[in-house]
Amino acid sequence: MTTLSTNTQASTEHQVEGHGAHPDFRLFGLATFLVADGMTFAGFFAAYLTFRAVNPLPAGSSYELELLLPTINTVLLLVSSLTFHRAGSALKAGNNPLCRRWLALTAALGFTFLAGQMKEYFSLPFGLTDNLFASTFYAITGFHGLHVTLGGLMILIVWWQSRPGGRVSEHNLFPLEATELYWHFVDGIWVVLYGILYLL
Amino acid sequence: MTLSLSPPTTPTAPQPLQPQGWLRYLSFSTDHKVIGLQYLVCGFLFYLVGGALAGAIRTELLTPISDFLPRETYNEILTLHGTVMIFLWIVPVVNGAFGNYLIPFYVGARDMAFPRLNAVAFWLIPPAGLLLISSYFIGSAAQSGWTAYPPLSLTTPATGQVLWILSVLLLGGSSIFGGINFIATILKLRRPGLKLMQLPMYCWAMLGTSILVVLSTPVLAGTLVLLSFDIIAHTGFFNPALGGNAVVYQHLFWFYSHPAVYIMVLPAFGLVSEILPIHARKPLFGYTTMVYSIMGIVFLGLIVWAHHMFTSGTPPWMRLFFTIATAFIAVPTGIKFFNWLATLWGGKLALNSAMLFSCAFIVNFVFGGITGVALAQVPFDIHVHDTYFVVAHFHYIVYGGTVFVIFASVYHWYPKFTGRMLNEHLGRIHFLLTFMGFNLCFAPQHWLGLNGMPRRVAEYDPQFQLINQLSSVGALLMAISTLPFLINVLHSAFKGAIAGDNPWNALTPEWLTSSPPPVENWIGEAPLVTEPYGYGLKPGELDLAATSGRQLWSSGKPDNR
Repeated sequence: MTTLSTNTQASTEHQVEGHGAHPDFRLFGLATFLVADGMTFAGFFAAYLTFRAVNPLPAGSSYELELLLPTINTVLLLVSSLTFHRAGSALKAGNNPLCRRWLALTAALGFTFLAGQMKEYFSLPFGLTDNLFASTFYAITGFHGLHVTLGGLMILIVWWQSRPGGRVSEHNLFPLEATELYWHFVDGIWVVLYGILYLL
Repeated sequence: MTLSLSPPTTPTAPQPLQPQGWLRYLSFSTDHKVIGLQYLVCGFLFYLVGGALAGAIRTELLTPISDFLPRETYNEILTLHGTVMIFLWIVPVVNGAFGNYLIPFYVGARDMAFPRLNAVAFWLIPPAGLLLISSYFIGSAAQSGWTAYPPLSLTTPATGQVLWILSVLLLGGSSIFGGINFIATILKLRRPGLKLMQLPMYCWAMLGTSILVVLSTPVLAGTLVLLSFDIIAHTGFFNPALGGNAVVYQHLFWFYSHPAVYIMVLPAFGLVSEILPIHARKPLFGYTTMVYSIMGIVFLGLIVWAHHMFTSGTPPWMRLFFTIATAFIAVPTGIKFFNWLATLWGGKLALNSAMLFSCAFIVNFVFGGITGVALAQVPFDIHVHDTYFVVAHFHYIVYGGTVFVIFASVYHWYPKFTGRMLNEHLGRIHFLLTFMGFNLCFAPQHWLGLNGMPRRVAEYDPQFQLINQLSSVGALLMAISTLPFLINVLHSAFKGAIAGDNPWNALTPEWLTSSPPPVENWIGEAPLVTEPYGYGLKPGELDLAATSGRQLWSSGKPDNR
C-alpha cells in the first residue's frame, strides 16, 4: 500500500522542480478524509444508540429486524474485501488480466450487496417516516449504500483503466490503491453497522 | 540558531516571479499565497456584511420596542449575522487565509500538499456565502439562530432553513478539505531536517485545529442532513411531535460547535505567538508547554460540549462531568496566557499596531476566559443561560480574541503580502477606536445578562434601555473604526513606504525571502530554520540593524547553543 507512484505524479503536476513536486501524499490525504467520513457515521451511530436508549417506539413497532439477508450481505462484503486484495496483489505482480478478473468479481459482489439491500428495503414492513427507528434505519443504511454505490462505480472505473494500455498498471498503482482503501473502509463501516443495527 | 542556506549554486535561469496581474486573485489559482489572500479578502467582505447586520441589530435595540425591524426580520438578521461572522469570516480567515499563506513557509515547502484541493476548498466559500445571503432576498432567511435548534428550525419558514443548511454544508466541506490539506502539509511536507518541535507555534496551532476540523465537522454535516430530512421529508429525528428527540440534535450540534470555538481561537493563539516574540525581541517563552497546551485543548475541547446544554434536562452526572472537564480547559489556556506574559516580560517592546492589537487580545481573551469558566459552573449557568451575559462572553472570545488577532496579523504580515508598510498613525487610530468601541459595546452586556435580559429577542424591558444605548454607541464606534483600517489598507497598497524583505528583523522563514515572495517562495533552496524564535541575543552576536533576514541568519553566530 505504501508504494508511491511518484513518476506519474511528477508528470501530471505543474513542473518537475517546484510547485507540486514532492512524494505522493494522496493516500495519506484519502486516509485523513476517511477519518472524517467515519466521524459522520459515528455521529449517526451515536444518534441511533441514544434514540434507542431514550425514545420509546409507538405500540406495534420494534427495533428487531430479519437477520438472514443482511448476514448474507455481510459475508458478501467481507469476501469482496478479500477479492479486492487479490486484485491489488495481481496488479503489483504485473498481471493485469488477473487483476481485472478479481476487480470484476469485487464489483459484482458489491452490486449484489446493493441488490440484496434493495430486496430488504422492499420487504420491510415500515417506511421512512413510520417511526424514529425506521427513519434512522433508512438514513444510516442509505448513507452506507451511497458509499457502496460510489465504491462500485470507482471499481468499474479502475477496471476500465487497467485494460491493456490503460493508465493503471504496476507503474501506477494509486487509483487501485485508493479505491481499495476506500472499499475496505466501507466494508469496515458495514461490520459496525451490522453489529449495531441488526445484532444489538 | 542554525541556518544552512544552500551553497550558492551555479546561477541557473532565474525562476519566474509571480505574475503581477490582479486577475489571478479571481482565478482558480493553486498558489497557496494567492489562495491565502483570496480567503482574507473574501472573508473581510463578508465581515463587512456581518458588521452591517450587527449594526441593524444594535439599531433595533436602541429602543425597547420593535420599531426599526419587524420581529421576523430581526430573527433573520441575527441568524445571518451569527452564521456569516462564524462560517464566512472568522473560520475561513483565521484558518484558511493565514494558514494557507504561512504554513508552507513554516514547513519549508513550495506549496500546500494538495494545491488543487486547496483551490477547491476556497472556491466553495463564495457560492456558499451568496447562497446564504440570497436566502434573505428570495422569500425569507433562516430565523432559528446560528444553532438552528429544532423544533424552532422545523417551524420557521422552510426555504430559508434549507438554504442555510446547504450553505453550512458547503462551508463545512471547504473546512474539512482545508483541514486535510493542513494535516498533510505539516506532517508530511516538512523540509528534510526540520523536526516537529522546531516548527513555529502557528504550525502546531493549525495542526491541532485541523484535527478538530476533521473529527468534528463531519458530525455537524451528518446532523444537518438529518435536520433537512426532518424539514423536507417530514421524518421525526429531532421532532418531539413525531416521537423524535430534540436534545440529540443539541448534543450532535455542540459536538461540532464547541470544538468550533477552538477552531476559531487556536489559530489566533498561534498567530499571536508569532507576533509577540518578534515585536518584543525575545524568544517565545515555554515553547514545549505551548505545544502540549494546544494538544491538551484539542483533547479537552472534544469532551466538553454539553456545557452548552445545562438547561436542556441534562442529568446530574452529565452536568458534573462536563463542568469539571470544562474547568480543566482553563489549565492549558492559563499556561498559554502566562507564556505570552513571560514572552513580553523584560522584552524590548515595539508598541506598533500589530503589538497593540496582540496585547489587547491578551486582555480581552482573559476577560472572556474568566466569564467562560464562570459559565461552566452549573448554578451560575442556569441563572444566566440564554441572556446577554452569554452574548458578552462569546463576543469577548471571538471578537476580543480572534478578530483582534486577525487585525494584528494584517498589520504584521501586510508588508509581506504587498511589499509595503501600513500607515502606523492610522493603525493606532484604528486600534483605539476598535478597543474602546468593542469594550463599550460588550462589557455592559454582562450587566444586562446578569439582570435577566434575554438574548435573540427584538424587544426588552424598558429598564435596560440606557445600557443598551451605551452598547449601541460602542457598536457605532466599532463600525467607524473600520474606516481608518480600510483607508489604510487600500492607500498603503499603492502609496505605503517600501517594506523591504524583512522590516521586523524577524527570524521565521516567511521573512527570509522577498516581499511579496516569488512563486516558488524562495529563489533557490528553502532555508532550514531550526530556531524560529532566537531573538534577544547579545549585541555582539547579532546585528539587529541588519535589514535582510539572510544577513541575520548568516551573521556568524556559534552553532553550539
